[in-house]
Amino acid sequence: MKSINIEFEDIIGRYLNINVDDTNYRIYVEEAGQGIPLLCLHTAGSDGRQFRHILNDQKITKNFRVIAFDLPWHGKSNPPEGYELNDYKLTTNLYKKIIMSFCDNYKLNEPVIMGCSMGGRVVLHLALEHSNYFKAVIALEGSDKLEPYYDLDWLYRPDIHGGLIQSAFVSSQIAPQSPDKFRHETLWHYMQGGPGIFKGDLYFYWHDGDFDDRSGLIDTSKCPVYLLSGEYDCSCTPERTLATASRIKGAKAVIIPDIGHFPMSENPELFKSYIYPILDEILE
Amino acid sequence: MQSIETWIVKINSNKRLIEKGRWVNLTFTFGIGQNDYLFEIIEGKVISTTKRTILTRSGTFKIHGEKIAWEKHWLNIPPRDYHDIFAMLAKKLIIVDGNLTPFMQNLQYFKDLIASNRQSIK
Repeated sequence: MKSINIEFEDIIGRYLNINVDDTNYRIYVEEAGQGIPLLCLHTAGSDGRQFRHILNDQKITKNFRVIAFDLPWHGKSNPPEGYELNDYKLTTNLYKKIIMSFCDNYKLNEPVIMGCSMGGRVVLHLALEHSNYFKAVIALEGSDKLEPYYDLDWLYRPDIHGGLIQSAFVSSQIAPQSPDKFRHETLWHYMQGGPGIFKGDLYFYWHDGDFDDRSGLIDTSKCPVYLLSGEYDCSCTPERTLATASRIKGAKAVIIPDIGHFPMSENPELFKSYIYPILDEILE
Repeated sequence: MQSIETWIVKINSNKRLIEKGRWVNLTFTFGIGQNDYLFEIIEGKVISTTKRTILTRSGTFKIHGEKIAWEKHWLNIPPRDYHDIFAMLAKKLIIVDGNLTPFMQNLQYFKDLIASNRQSIK
């Protein structure tokens, strides 16, 4: 039989099952690299594909085992059995439990956790509650509180196409400088979201996950906190990120010019120039 | 900022935009400072634009911003907060009002239609 040389990317995708509150969740996860675990959390209404440029970056994966899983109801992680009985609504407790259960089942030891948007919010919760477990947290487009600026009901109703409205809403959060091919790839993920899932995620991001009353309790000497936000993010604005950083003693915040709410997927090369020094600092 | 007439020619010659708006059949009000314009759209094409002089004539919905806000929105690289009408909405730089259902049903079309007055968009 002739040998065939196939040029695969470095990313390996697999499934595992976790149990949270007596419910089984079948989780899809991708990983690449070796070294310190770097667990990546996607934005509301999207999935782990947003991190493909990080997973495929050998400058990162030579020192970090990059891991990105799809939350249940997202990407290739199915909703649990019986999902049809209720509208999806992500609570802070469920979100935290899923992440910690994943870490436990995946046998992660002192991971760095990097989340974007709602992922950038939940990592702040985790920095407070699991400061001895996480080596560091990186909040991309992260803040401890946001002010809603549109009515979430538009996202989930039969007379409006869910995929198209989700994509159209978040297109406002991408910088005009970002390359078109990555802008539209980022939007495609939103077009593919399940009905009501983006809306259900925003329940956490805009309401249940508010954290400004506790973010000041984070001890950055135990768990360093990095905040990176894009100039053009009109959801988690630079001002909101800087206000959050001002409440967390020792947090390091950087505003990235010419980028929006999806730094790792809308302009990966620009994003990498800002994430490399942070990862280098964590390595030291 | 280009004239309304030049803008309409650009809209109607943008084949992809017209495709995306092929289900849009309505009149909406677009406000620039003190001036309102009624954009009559049939199957995604702008059939007429009329300066609104009689206040009892109005569109299904209205999008309004000050002239300076639209001028910034229409720069080739708009500054943050002005780069998208939803970013402008978040900053209260524009208002939207009226029956928003057809606006939301065709949101990217209306975003692209308005942004198409940017000089960088041919």
